[in-house]
Amino acid sequence: MAWTWFHRFGSPPHVYRLAATLTPWFAWPAGILIVAALYGGLVLAPPDYQQGDGYRIVYVHAPSAWMSTMVYVVMASSAAIGLIWRMKVAHAVAASCAPIGASFTVAALATGSLWGRPMWGTYWEWDPRLTSELLLLFLYLGYMGLRSAMDDMQRADRVSAVLAIVGVVNVPIIHYSVTWWNSLHQAPSVMKLAKPAMPPSMYVPLLMMLAGFTLFFGAIVLMRLRGEVLKRERAASWIREAVGS
Amino acid sequence: MEFLNMGGYARYVWPSYAIVLAVVVLNIFWARRSLARSQAEALRRLQIRGEES
Repeated sequence: MAWTWFHRFGSPPHVYRLAATLTPWFAWPAGILIVAALYGGLVLAPPDYQQGDGYRIVYVHAPSAWMSTMVYVVMASSAAIGLIWRMKVAHAVAASCAPIGASFTVAALATGSLWGRPMWGTYWEWDPRLTSELLLLFLYLGYMGLRSAMDDMQRADRVSAVLAIVGVVNVPIIHYSVTWWNSLHQAPSVMKLAKPAMPPSMYVPLLMMLAGFTLFFGAIVLMRLRGEVLKRERAASWIREAVGS
Repeated sequence: MEFLNMGGYARYVWPSYAIVLAVVVLNIFWARRSLARSQAEALRRLQIRGEES
């Protein structure tokens, strides 16, 4: 009985339909939260006493950086589930994550660079946080490159899963890089729940942005998941009904 | 104008927002395109099988 949910999530037609139904439930709240957070972050929040209005980059930089690592963890976990229980759907989730994570890693690096120039005096430094985040981008690109180099989907799923799982060690390195080493990058100021180093007018928009981006990831990954599920189905009878011809 | 100037940081703040907006929009576009391609491909495979049998 307890395992029925597990089998249902392993069933491609069920997942395909569920993903389609759930997508708007992620997309609309995501859109509303992001628009509200933009207003809060750009208009309502006061300027920073040191960085003036320059700190407002945080409202797009921190959510992008959060996406870059959170999506990686989802990707590596799904890949592990796929590998261990031979679950096609889990592999499909992992494959759906990669382009999303890679794109937000680029966004995190680019916005970080634009923030670093006025505050640190440089666009780039071979700093532990920056270097490990760049490595994350290469892991995503390596994962995607590996997949596209293989025609056999099952083999691509399995081999790329190993890379995704090995690469997950980089995630704690990114996270703790600012405490383990002397980094130019500041330590977290919101993700420590005990006492955020900002007034509510500054961190509430940031939390809304983080939540909005996370929901956005949900909507996009569900859309991509349907495509990835279809790619793994060879002429199954449910496809005609689901896709509609 | 005050708002657009971002306290002198406009040349760093607005490009950052533009980049992230572009990534968000591209993700929507790429996901839709990827799904549409997979659907078309799945239907094409079904058709081929249908003709063979």
